[in-house]
Amino acid sequence: MNVLNFVHAFFSDGAHWQGYDGIPQRLLEHVRYTLLALALAAAVGLPVGLLTGHTGRGGNALAFVANAARALPSFGLLVLAVLLIGFGLLPVMIPLVVLAVPPILVTTYEAVRSVDPSPVDAARGMGMHESRILLRVELPVALPLILSGLRSAAIQIVSTATIAAYVSLGGLGRYIVDGLYQRDYEKVVGGATLVAVLALLTLAVFWAAGRLAVSPGVRRR
Amino acid sequence: MNGFFDIPSDLQHSWTGLIGLHLREALLPVAAGLLLALPIAQLCVRFRRLYPPVLGVTTVLYAVPSLAFFVVLIDYTGQTELTVMIPLAVYGLVVLIPAIVDGVRSVPRETLAAATAMGFGPVRRYLQVQLPIAAPAIIAGLRVATASSISLVSVGALIGNQGALGNLLAAAQKYDRPELAVNAVLTMAVLAILCDAALVLLRTLLTPWMPRGTRERRAKPAVRRERPEPEGAVR
Repeated sequence: MNVLNFVHAFFSDGAHWQGYDGIPQRLLEHVRYTLLALALAAAVGLPVGLLTGHTGRGGNALAFVANAARALPSFGLLVLAVLLIGFGLLPVMIPLVVLAVPPILVTTYEAVRSVDPSPVDAARGMGMHESRILLRVELPVALPLILSGLRSAAIQIVSTATIAAYVSLGGLGRYIVDGLYQRDYEKVVGGATLVAVLALLTLAVFWAAGRLAVSPGVRRR
Repeated sequence: MNGFFDIPSDLQHSWTGLIGLHLREALLPVAAGLLLALPIAQLCVRFRRLYPPVLGVTTVLYAVPSLAFFVVLIDYTGQTELTVMIPLAVYGLVVLIPAIVDGVRSVPRETLAAATAMGFGPVRRYLQVQLPIAAPAIIAGLRVATASSISLVSVGALIGNQGALGNLLAAAQKYDRPELAVNAVLTMAVLAILCDAALVLLRTLLTPWMPRGTRERRAKPAVRRERPEPEGAVR
């Protein structure tokens, strides 16, 4: 098959494995953009989602913000940010964070809200402080869903971080954008394969994180 | 802003023309995705073992960046609208299959038994009982698919002016007119919000038995209680 030949040709070419345009270097850049964007989005989405989920207030406002953010086109935001700010890492982070905040925010809110109220009431009856209830009771129970929100955000970032290459940054998108302009489809397919593999690795990482972090009692339910 | 609606003539479309083009390029794939997803999801519901591999394949497809998808398809379908619409249909499929499967599976067993007892055949039971009850979940999936589709069409600008409103972004860079980019982003956002509102309205019309207003809050825990195994936890 055409595409499989491309994949084979791309990965068996030794020149693709070294130097500043080598696979290890581009992979590292891509992972860096992904982690940075995910960390920024989580820094916004997790606390807000946890607090609103705990108090049960502001759900509608939250849904509105998330929907509005989902409506913003990533590629359009990128071009706009570049035109207004200039080239650099910041204009790439803006669309990626806007992309990643809604899934994190909404799932975290839903996860905390849908925690069984009886253990929460029991904790409150035992005199636990509200912050301790949130962190010691609600968070562990809500963790599987919260992780699934982070996971879908992470996968979307991995796939979308390719647009960084469009504004002269690195990452795996470099292969796709360069391949497009050089009419080198082998490069495009190779880059796309690498992105898909990275997304699968992300899934595996979150699966492992779930095994490690989710308490066995919660997992079994 | 000066020249906000002055579309460069090389785009060969007016602002409203671009909107029509954008809606067609974004919504047709979602419709195609829905038509394909319904039978696939039904197969996944019937044959439970089919679901994990289907989910795996769709997850991998979803991870393929849209631009790479477009470029590879150029070889087969050329620099046409179809090249933009096929990947969008695939992305729609990926979002819709789990939504439909979860929705159809959340139909209580007693409801199905009651339908069978009333003499409903499998087809009628599917159309008149399972699909309507799954409608909120399916529409939730459609909302995500539509929003992402409207946003992704703009990437088509990179493969030679196939991005409808996205072409404005390319023009904004080419002619250094940021207001065109603002126009493109705002118009796409408004289109996404309007389509979303239309889908919410559709859900309200399709599910007249649901309590209005506080629907979301009451519906969510109920769905969770019907499914004791946490589907969303580790998939």
